[in-house]
Formats: sequence, structure tokens, C-alpha cells
Amino acid sequence: MPENQAPIQQLQPGYVLVDRYAIQMVIGVGGMGSVYRARDLHFPNVVKLVAVKEMINQAPDPLVRKTIVQNFEREANILVALSHTSIPKIFDYFTFEDRSYLVLEYIHGKDLEAVLNETEGFLPEDMVIGWAIELCDVLQYLHNHKPEPIIFRDMKPSNVMVNQQGHIMLVDFGIAKIFRAGQKGTMIGTEGYSPPEQYRGEATPLADIYALGATMHHLLTHRDPRLEPPFTFAERPVRKENPSISPELEAVINTALQYNPLDRFQSAEAMKEALTVVARKTGALSRIAVGTSQITNETSIKPLWTFKCEDEIRGTPTCDGGMVFVGAYDNNMYALNAADGQFVWKFPTEGGIVSKPLVNEGVVYFGSEDGNLYAISSRTGKIQWSYHTNAPIRCSPRLAEGHVFFGSDDGFFNAVNIMTNRLTWQVDASTPIRSAPAISGDLIYFGCESGDFYSVDFRGQTKWRYKAKRAITSSPLVSQGVVFFASVDSSFYALDAKSGWIIWRFRMGKGSVSSPCRAENDVFIGSADGFIYSVEATNAKEIWRFKTDHQVSGSPVIYKDALYCGSADGNLYCIEYKSGRLRWKFSTGGAITGTPVINNDVLYVGSADHLLYALVA
Amino acid sequence: MKWEWRRFLFSFVKKIFHGKKTTFSDVQTAPLSEEQLKAVSIAPVALRPLQLLVGSAQSIGKQRDHNEDSLFTLNAILADGTSELPFGIFMIADGMGGHQHGEIASGVAVRAFSHYMLSRLYLPFINLISESPGESIQELMETAVHESQQAVVRRAPGGGTTLTAALVLGEQVTIAHVGDSRAYFVYPDGRMQVITHDHSLVHRLVELGQLNEDEALSHPQRNVLYRAVGQSEPYRPDIDTYQLPHPGSLLICSDGLWSVVAENQVFRIIKNAANPSIACHELVKAANDAGGPDNISVVLVQFLA
Repeated sequence: MPENQAPIQQLQPGYVLVDRYAIQMVIGVGGMGSVYRARDLHFPNVVKLVAVKEMINQAPDPLVRKTIVQNFEREANILVALSHTSIPKIFDYFTFEDRSYLVLEYIHGKDLEAVLNETEGFLPEDMVIGWAIELCDVLQYLHNHKPEPIIFRDMKPSNVMVNQQGHIMLVDFGIAKIFRAGQKGTMIGTEGYSPPEQYRGEATPLADIYALGATMHHLLTHRDPRLEPPFTFAERPVRKENPSISPELEAVINTALQYNPLDRFQSAEAMKEALTVVARKTGALSRIAVGTSQITNETSIKPLWTFKCEDEIRGTPTCDGGMVFVGAYDNNMYALNAADGQFVWKFPTEGGIVSKPLVNEGVVYFGSEDGNLYAISSRTGKIQWSYHTNAPIRCSPRLAEGHVFFGSDDGFFNAVNIMTNRLTWQVDASTPIRSAPAISGDLIYFGCESGDFYSVDFRGQTKWRYKAKRAITSSPLVSQGVVFFASVDSSFYALDAKSGWIIWRFRMGKGSVSSPCRAENDVFIGSADGFIYSVEATNAKEIWRFKTDHQVSGSPVIYKDALYCGSADGNLYCIEYKSGRLRWKFSTGGAITGTPVINNDVLYVGSADHLLYALVA
Repeated sequence: MKWEWRRFLFSFVKKIFHGKKTTFSDVQTAPLSEEQLKAVSIAPVALRPLQLLVGSAQSIGKQRDHNEDSLFTLNAILADGTSELPFGIFMIADGMGGHQHGEIASGVAVRAFSHYMLSRLYLPFINLISESPGESIQELMETAVHESQQAVVRRAPGGGTTLTAALVLGEQVTIAHVGDSRAYFVYPDGRMQVITHDHSLVHRLVELGQLNEDEALSHPQRNVLYRAVGQSEPYRPDIDTYQLPHPGSLLICSDGLWSVVAENQVFRIIKNAANPSIACHELVKAANDAGGPDNISVVLVQFLA
């Protein structure tokens, strides 16, 4: 880099500017120069601290440079005349070589961006309302300035300081912008807080109202608007990120953030008034529409029928040919009439059944905790054959190429020929396999309790292996060349199906044994942290999360425009899958740990209350 | 060579149909279904190992006096019996600023990005003692963008650049994107799918209905990006993973191409070119023929499988 392009020098501590301001330290760095804390040497007997804001004139053209200095002095003259408790006093201004300086009241405190960075979780609503009311007050003062209203133009958390008394100060007037006019070329960086009309060159008091709304949005949601695409506040109302916020306050912020300036509060006074009302919680804001979601009363959901087993249903039913098959912890596999829930047959095993039955050409395949894989006639309930492993089978079998594939708690993953009922090959994973395999193209995928994830071909050769930190009980989903699954290590994974390279990892609050499902570009999964998540398949961005009251061990399913998922809180939830809004929920008498199955608009789900429910989806 | 072969094939086809009186206007036609298209467009031979065919081209354009674009391509295959993995990094950066540093920002960003990806992803992969990667591809890509950001701030302060980088691993392509350069999937049936999202202010204002397309074209801030590598405000790059289209290709270009040459013309050029290198050359030529108002950079990747 040539020497003349070296970064611009900052003033060093100890340097005395214009024989008066002893620089102590840099307290901020902006695009145009630095801000220093300095001591005013005109007061030798007391320590008077000031803030010295430096603006470097980088315009190459001498005429432009001169205009910039003139503009600076004109603006400084306006600011000097301002008097408000929330505006720092200006003591002095001068231009020295290629730099102009503004000497201001030094504020003991920190700016709201720093406050946000130091805050875990959310700032209290009352505190933000208090600051916002003070900001409205100072905006009201500026907007009513004569002869011309003063537009602040740059409201954002880093330009608002909180002093030691907890009051706010507006610190960075747009004066620095004058120095930016001297630069040509493409502007870089977003305001994030500025309204759309500011980009048409319009700056009115209503632009400050919008920016205050944007600042409040950031403070309450902890989501930096500069990290989000511009003008997306409408898609991200504050309560979506922080449900503890009152709907009334959300309505005020939404009004301030309207894209059309005429739809916003028409003055800072009006916004202050609305905030005061929220603060008093009088409910006088009812004329502003508060988004209410239409939730069907849960008592209105009545099951079409129920069927009672002798013990808990922890697994997932299967619907095929007008019949529903479900295993229970009373050791039986049941076959019921799908239309009315009438008992058709049951098949007793020696252990609990959590494995989801697989039906193929009149045969029901499932595993039991007695260690056997059973093949039962779907019509008669008579056993055709069984295959014994040395430990409980909790994995749900899959069928391909004339073989049934399943894992066992004995640590082996098996391929059993359904014609000969003989083992063709097995993979020794040396750890229980409870994850149901996924079969895609010429590869089979499954997870293990050790955290290993396998991809094997139809000869039983391992193609690749991935190791998660803890157990993978979740059953993988393969879609568009990517395999998705969750682990008890709290991550939701996307791996390249061919090579096993990890594409992304999504962090959840706790581990998960839930299995993912997909609709378009969204993937869905439950977690022991009680949430159901919707995540973009291509980039792991969270679209929404839905809170249930207990662990979500079951898996979501998509049917038409809705997602259905049970929770250990006993409820089955019906959620709009695009928005994450609850449509209805249905309470059962026990935890739901299996996955609902939907066929012809009828949903079947089992519960730990021993019942299998049939509901209209 | 290829041309000769085609001519031969053409005359051969003519011989077969010689004497047939049917003219095209007599024939009832209907668009082919997706299945039919697949059947006619996939080459009957399966190429092993899977591989990428890559072309690139760059021009200063007709109206600028210096080039602020940078591009980078790297195409590698490792096939050793157990694994067979095409690997590629393809990248375009369009520098800006008007500042003295705008020119070097794009080169700095491209170097920092590719250096990081090669040392953190590819070198460990070809290392004999291979460890499974601790970070996901998307995390690595995000850090690589961050490295570019740091490098631009350090080496070209005040400058900025767009960055559109594609990492191909196997059949997946992961795109890291900041700014208004673009990546497209080009399908044999003529579909051109923009897979990046322009981080330009006018694009966003058009989406919101605050500007119409015409206003956007003449807007004084039409070149303003709300995200660029080198900006002082924090931002997050777009990072997405897709399945590479096959048959089809991946096109990455600076706005010197996409804002100048119409999509259907871009498609025609790609379709008619003998190989990706010639296609890129023709695309740059088309932009210059249309006035060449800006620097032009193009990378075209075809997945042969």
C-alpha cells in the first residue's frame, strides 16, 4: 500500500488541541473521524471533561472542501442555540487544517447499542417505553424548532446515550453527514433504521418517527435491523420475537413503522401520547387494530372415534387399506377399522411396541421390545414369520429391494430378505439403533445411540460416517441430495447425502429425538426444549418456533397447509406451517410421543393415556 | 474437432431423412414434459468421476478506464475408489467506492475468501490423516466472508465490494452472497433462475412498491447497496445450499452483464456455445456490443454427470 494511503491518524492521548483540549482517550470511531474524551484546560482548577468530535475533510476538490467547512459552521451555529435536557450542550467548534471539531458536553454513560450488547435476554418493556417517551419529547422539541424544523435523521441505538441518572441523551446530530457529501461513488452500508421515503430524498419529521419505531423494535427484540433485509419490520412484529411485549406497545411500534408516512403518528407528540397511554395500560389504544389470531376453541374439536389399549401408546400408527395398525406397551399390535375404530384383530408379543408398523402387500412388519421383528398378515393377524435379534427392537423397519431394513438395541443394523426370511447382511454399529432408516437412491441412512450416523449401500458397505456429539435417535429425512436429522446434542443437522459433509447445523435449546419433515423449502422438527421449529432448508435460518408446554419427542407432519405435532404436554397442535400460528389444539390425557398419521383428512394419533384418537384434520 | 463431428452428424441426419416431404408447419407440436426433456437432454454416457466444466471471461467494458472486478475459479477432482468428489470454488467480486481503494477491494476479498476455504476445507480434505470437519460448510463460508471483510477493511479501507462465491462439493453447491452480483441456475429448457438476492436499495424499494421498475432504473441511488464486503455496519451474508442442476449450469456474473444483456439472450448464448469458455467470451462480447457501461465478469460451470 503506498504511504499516502495510510489510514488516517488519530490524535494521541496527551496531545493538546488548539492549546486548550488535552486528549485523554478515543471514545468512538466513525466513518469521518474519531470522538475523543478531552480535558478542557481553560479550567485549571477543576477537571472539566468534554467530548471532542473530529470530522476529517476528505474531499479532494478545494472548492468542495470549502463548501463543506461552510456547511459545518452553519450547522454548528444551529446546534449551539439548542437547549434541551436530552441534547448535549455544544461549547465550541473550529476547523484546524483538514479537520473540523465540535466540542460537546461529555456524558457519563453508555449508548443503547452497548446496553443491548451487554444485556442477556430482553430489556424490560417499561424501561424501553420510558426511553421512548423521552425521545419523543426531544424529537418534539427539534421538530418544532423555528424557523426550520430540525430533522435528526439518524435515530438508532448507538446515537442514544443513557446517562448515570438513567435519562437519555441524543448524541450524534447529522452534522457528520456534511463531510460525506465530498465522497463520490457507491454508498456502502445500510441505515437499517431509515424509512423508505428517505431514499427518495425526503426527510421530514415523520422519518424520525419511523426511525424511533425501528430503534424501539431493535431494543425490544434484540434483532439488529442492519442484519435483516431493509424494510422488513412489517414481517417481524415485536411480539413474534418477544411474546412478553404487550399487544398495545406492538401496535404503537407498528404505527410508527408504517411504510407510508401518512399512516404513521403525524407528530412526536402523538406518539408520546400513545406511549403514555400504553404505560398506563388504560387500553385506550383499541382504535389501533391489534392483530388477533383466530384460534378455534379447543373444546370444539371432537374425535371421530377413540380406541382404548391396555397400556400407553408411545409409537406411531400406520394407515393402509382402510385399516389402522398401532402397537402399544400392552405388548399388542392392534388392527382397527379406520372408519369407525372397530377392533379387527390384535397380535400379542412379549414386549412393548414403539416401532411404527410397515405394511406391504398384505403383510405388517414391526419390531417389539421382545427382540423380534414380526411379519403378520394384515387381514387375519396371523404370524407369517419372525426374525430374532438379541435385544429390544425400537426402530421402525423400512422396505426396499425385497429386504426389510431395521436396527436393534443389540447394536446391529440388519437387512433381512422377505422371501427367504434370512439375514442378507448386517452392519455392526456396536450401539443401539433406534432411528428408522431412510432409503434414497442406492444408499441407506440411519443414526445410532453412540452419535454415529451411517450411510451404507445395498451391499452393506459403509459409504461414509458422521459423528454427532450425542445419540441420534431421530429418523433421517433425505430430500434434494441432503440428509436432515437431529441429535440429543441439541443440533439439527443437514449433511450432503453423497459425501456426508456437513452443510449446516441448527442449534436448539435442548436435544431432540424428533424426526424432521419438509414442505417446499421449510424443514420442521421438535425438540426437548418444548419448541417446534421451522427452519429454511437451504440456509438453516429460523422461520418460526412454536412453544408447547413440554418436550416434543414426537415428530411433525405436514398435511395441506398445516403442521400437526404432538407434545409431552398431552396436546396435539395444528399450526399453519407457513406462519407458525396456532390453528387449534386437542388435549389428550397423557403425553404424545408418537407422530400423527393423516389419511383422507382423518388424523390418527396415540397417547400415553392408552387411547388412539381419530380426528378430522 | 467437436465442430467437425457435429457437422458430420448433421449431414448424417440429413441423409436419413432425405426424401421425406414433411415440412415443419405440418407437424403438430406440444411442449415436452419434464420427463421427456430429461430424457432428451441427459447425455447417455455416465461420466466417471463426476466432473465440472468451467469457463470464465472478464472485460473492462467500453466506458470505464479501470477494472474493479475480480474473479476466481478452481476446479478439482479427487477420485480414489472410495470417494469421488468434485470440488470447486467459483467467485466474482465487483469492487466499488470511487475511492482509491475501490479498485483493490475486490481482489483482496477474492484472495482472502479462497485462501480461507482452501486452507480450512480443501487441504484438510486431501490430507492423509483426515479428520471429519468440525464446522459446517455454511459456517466455513460465513467465516470466509468475514475474512474477506477483515481483509478489505485492512487493505482497502473505504473501499467495498460485492462477493458472490459458489462452493461445489459433490452434487451440492453452497453460495455465499453479498451485494448485487448474481448467480443463476440455467436449465436446458430456457429457464434462468436467479438464486441470489440483490442487496440493492432500489431492488428492495421496488419490492415494497415504493418505486416502480422505471424509477429504479433512473434512481440516483440505483447503485447503492445495503450490503457490501467492507462496509462498516454489521451484516450477515446470504448463505444457501442447493443441488446443482444437471443437466444445466451455474452462471455467476457482475451487474456489467446482467443489467446490460437480456436473460433470453444470455440463455441463447450459453445454449449455442460449444463450451463454457466460449460461452463466457460471447457473453462479455454481448455486453460490450450493448455499450459496455461497466466492467464485466462471468463464470460458467457445467456439471457433467
